[in-house]
Amino acid sequence: MTPAEAAVAEAHRRGWGLVLAATTRVARDLDLAEECVQEAYAAALASWPRDGVPASPEAWLTTTARRRAIDVIRREQVWRSKLPLLVDDPAGAPVAVDGDGDDGARVVPDERLRLIFLCCHPALAEDARPALTLRLVCGVPAADVARAFLVSEPTMAARLTRAKRKIALARIPLRVPSAAELPDRLGAVLAVIHLLFTTGHTAPRGDTLVRADLVAQALHLARMLHELMPDEPEVRGLLALLLVTDARRATRVDAQGRLLRLEEQDRTLWDRAAIDEAHALIMAGRPGRYTFQAAIAALYARAPSYARTDWPQILTLYDALLAVWPSPVVALNRTVALAEVAGPAAALDRVAELEQDERLRGYQYLSAVKADLLARLGRHADAAAAYRTALDLTTNDAERAFLAGRLTQVAPGG
Amino acid sequence: MAQYAVLIYAGDTAHAPDGDTTAHDDYAAKLIASGAMTAAFALQPRETATSIRGDVVTDGPFVDAKEVVAGFFVIEAPDLDAALRIAGDNPVTRQGGGVEVRPVAGGFAREL
Repeated sequence: MTPAEAAVAEAHRRGWGLVLAATTRVARDLDLAEECVQEAYAAALASWPRDGVPASPEAWLTTTARRRAIDVIRREQVWRSKLPLLVDDPAGAPVAVDGDGDDGARVVPDERLRLIFLCCHPALAEDARPALTLRLVCGVPAADVARAFLVSEPTMAARLTRAKRKIALARIPLRVPSAAELPDRLGAVLAVIHLLFTTGHTAPRGDTLVRADLVAQALHLARMLHELMPDEPEVRGLLALLLVTDARRATRVDAQGRLLRLEEQDRTLWDRAAIDEAHALIMAGRPGRYTFQAAIAALYARAPSYARTDWPQILTLYDALLAVWPSPVVALNRTVALAEVAGPAAALDRVAELEQDERLRGYQYLSAVKADLLARLGRHADAAAAYRTALDLTTNDAERAFLAGRLTQVAPGG
Repeated sequence: MAQYAVLIYAGDTAHAPDGDTTAHDDYAAKLIASGAMTAAFALQPRETATSIRGDVVTDGPFVDAKEVVAGFFVIEAPDLDAALRIAGDNPVTRQGGGVEVRPVAGGFAREL
């Protein structure tokens, strides 16, 4: 790759969201904005090898894309979609592109926050929000977005189109929510980013446990959000959670792609810098769902060995997490710590209670946890039955291999 | 400014004869005073509904569900967030029912 090509690729990776958001403000139409941004990057590929890489690549790209959008609007005389995207702009007029700005220190307006909140608006279909965020904020090509969510390209294209249509027809505005709306709206954004991370972290189907591209995008978004909203405690909490979870990426599977348990992982291969960064974020934060999850994960990660994990503290944190987020999945995860503090029998009692919870029906991790506890109590036949149930419910190959291995340990006959 | 239709969905308790309508009356008055209200209608209870499919006439609402459309109103709002704020304030959302907000594509209303 030539230096110019590398610069364009880097500007695409880091700056797509910034350029698109700034262009959307002028274009007032998501499709037009996307086209203009795409053309701007193509123009960069053509002219940067010839003219040199500009001092501020994002400013160059933004100016180019916005100029093109204004040209199209002027030429066509009418808003493309007849329902222009509403931009919360006190002046009411489209923002003019000022000056030449080919390079130079001119600051690119950061419209990304409005774009993120738009993509994650509660009025959009739940499965559309992460897809739209990947496409518009991260610049992931639609075909790759389809692959990320294991659907066909036409299905994903229809999903994205439906979402953009709703934005136009229902007039979902491009704005940062007011203070009153912020808790719910921010919650929706955090949930989308967290979903992208967990989807990549444990691929629902397929051979490998992790899909690095999705994880990278989720981390990129969490960092972006933290940059844009540095004072929000749960934003810090989410970034901390992703950092400390991803810090263990190198050791989650062995060289054969086999799942490794926490106690089997080589801690020297964990990303200490990421764990320390997460720790600082947690300490600076205030209690909230993501901050508590991050704190629990950090306790696991910062323990010198599995045996020296601070189980009582983890249990206390789980109690605090349950108080703000009474989710049955959290209650289940808590039983792992409970087993270490009060013994497997006590934990099994709690798991038996959770089995009555409708919301955990078909949740494979419940059966897996139950099986592990039964095995530790020497109840091998019951453990084998639970492992078989878990296998029926699990689709990820690495996880299936892991469960099958555990099954043969308690039931050598299979 | 755009128009949004707000459909009010409620269970049968919404039409109880001794039902207290103060909250609903206050809400409507507030919307009218603010200028957001374009039109509003409260409907008679579920048993009074009649439905037609093709040539067949049947007793009852079109969709047989626990909640039925108890009324509807049309508001003016600059964008969906504003419309949701107004519609979400409807007391029915705190009484076990809910609202559906849909942008109006076009309409006609004769002076009442």
